[in-house]
Parts: sequence; structure tokens; C-alpha cells
Amino acid sequence: MASLKALKIRIGSVKSTQKITKAMKMVAAAKLRRAQEAAVAGRPYAERLEQVMASLASKVSVSESSPKLLAGTGRDQVHLLIIATSERGLAGAFNSNIVRAARRKAEELEAAGKTVKFYVAGKKGRVIRRFFPTQIAADHEMSHIKTVSFTDARAIADDVIARFEAGEFDVAHLFYAKFQSALVQTPVGNQIIPVAIDTNAAPVSDGGAAVEYEPDEETILADLLPRNVAIQVFRALLENAASEQGSRMTAMDNATRNAGDMIKRLSIQYNRARQAAITTELVEIISGAEAL
Amino acid sequence: MLHFELVTPEKLVRSEAVHMVVVPGTEGDFGVLEGHAPVMSTIRDGALSVYRTPDSAPETITIEGGFAEVSARGLTVLAERVA
Repeated sequence: MASLKALKIRIGSVKSTQKITKAMKMVAAAKLRRAQEAAVAGRPYAERLEQVMASLASKVSVSESSPKLLAGTGRDQVHLLIIATSERGLAGAFNSNIVRAARRKAEELEAAGKTVKFYVAGKKGRVIRRFFPTQIAADHEMSHIKTVSFTDARAIADDVIARFEAGEFDVAHLFYAKFQSALVQTPVGNQIIPVAIDTNAAPVSDGGAAVEYEPDEETILADLLPRNVAIQVFRALLENAASEQGSRMTAMDNATRNAGDMIKRLSIQYNRARQAAITTELVEIISGAEAL
Repeated sequence: MLHFELVTPEKLVRSEAVHMVVVPGTEGDFGVLEGHAPVMSTIRDGALSVYRTPDSAPETITIEGGFAEVSARGLTVLAERVA
């Protein structure tokens, strides 16, 4: 059995770890609230843009001359997987879940004979290098970002669109964790290029009157398509931010609880050892006294 | 009164009833009053002028990367950035 001193040190160390995990949990809870507010605040824009896109798309027919972002390149060979992860770890399985989802998709695509490239946004997505060392197309630096703004999303979207226009890939998928609750975050992969327009979204009610377009439907659509990609990236980053904090909160809550259990176990061990030491000492004294 | 909404990806900046808004459309400025015919237009980077009442001085809001939509519900301006 470990000595009394060693046990005491061990308990002290677990206690200070518990303090850290507890603090991290509370910080994550506060950040989660803010991240959720940001996600909610971003909803009106996305909803309206979606409505506008839907009503435009219903008027414009996809043809050879349509913008590439909508019609695609006509091929389906090179796929770009954009992996959005967090910059920090200690968030449970948050990052590895996203990477795993992307990896699965990549394996599936490769099995189907497609070429796969990766676009990593966020430090923790870099582990994909371990599985596909030669297929990282870009590594987007995000470590300086504290709270995601639309400008950051725009930078990623612009970069991706530029690569698309340069013919580097045909289809782009975006991987992130969708926030469902502090306990549940599901990794998802959405196709963002070519733009898949949700035709089920309720089109803008025009009150029966004919809508006038300035300049015209095609031009507006061409103008809105890159913006739609940016907003999708932005929404993914917001969801990710909320998911990360939720996941960290749960992970740190578990860690705090585990530390508590461990302290309890170690304290029992410590008390037993102490009692055993006292008993031995008493036995020694008594048998010593009897021997006289 | 015209229902006017200004939305950015980050938040809903304005949602209020105003008299008139002058929008800097790509093909020229246009004023929107209550009961305007439905229009969808792209916007060039510039200033929106908001008139709260017919005779008040306009309030200008500088926007970037915008899109305006006039429907039966009113005027909605989607902008990437509001200065």
C-alpha cells in the first residue's frame, strides 16, 4: 500500500486538477451562452437569403450558361472536403468526431474512384494529415480569431471560391458539428459547391404582384451565390463555436465528477492506511507492556 | 408607415416603421415608401437614407455588399457590413 505521504500528495494533486476542470466548465458555460446568442442572431439573415435564393432559383433555369457555382463544372471527379474544427482541444470528442466524419466521407469517395482534397480550417483538423498526408490543399489559419465574424467566414469562402474558379475541384463539402444541445453535437457534412438551393423554402410572398428585378434575375443570382457560400461557412463556424463550448462543458463536467470520485476513493484509502498505522502502533505498545 | 428591416449576417440591425428609405441600387437610387411595388435589387456600397417622418432630416447608414427586397411586408435590406 502506498505510504501516507504519497497518498496525501496524490489527493492534493487530484484536488487541484478538479479545480481547473471546474473552472473550465464554468468558462465554457458562459461562452456557450454567448455562442448560442450569436447563432440565434445570425438566423434572420440566413433565412431571408434562403427565401430570396429559392424564389430566384424557381425563376431561373439551370443551363450551360448558368453561373458555375449553381450549375457545377459538369464533372464530379475532384472533391474538396472543408474541415472546420476548433483551435483548442479538451473539448471531449468534438474535434475527433468532425475529423472522423470527414475521413469516412473521404474513404467513401476514394472507394468510388474520386479524388479527394482537404481544406483545413482550425488547428485541430490538422490531424487529418495522419491519414491523408499528401492531400491537404490548404490550411486556413484561424488561431488569431476569438469570436467568429462574418469577415472570417468570408475569407474562407472567397479562398474556396477562388480555388473553385481555378478548377482545383468540382464539388465542395463542409464538415462541422451541428449544435443540438449542450450534450448533443452531431458532426455533419454538407455540400456547399455547387450551391444546392432548397426549393422547399417558402418563396417570398409577393402579394400577387409581379416582382421587378434590378438588374435581372440572373445577375442578382450570380451576385448572391458567392454570398450564399459565405453565409453557409459562417453558419457552420457559429454552430461549431456553440458545439465546441457545449462539448467542452460536458467533458469538463465529467472530468470534475471523475476527480470527485477519485478524491473520495483516495481519501478512504488514506484513512484506512492511517488507521492501520495507529492500530499497529497500539498493538506494539500493548504487547510491549504485556511482555514486562 | 413603411416597415424597414436591415439585416447583417451577424444580427438584425434595424426593424422599425419609417416614412421613407432611399436605397442606393446598382442601377440608381430609389426611394421606397409604403405600398411600393415588389422589387428585388442589388445595392452598390454606399449610404441608405432613412426618413423617419416626411419632414425629418435623413439618417444615413453606410452599408457594404447589400441586397434589397421590397415585398408586401415592407423593405428588407441584407447587407454584409454596416458601418
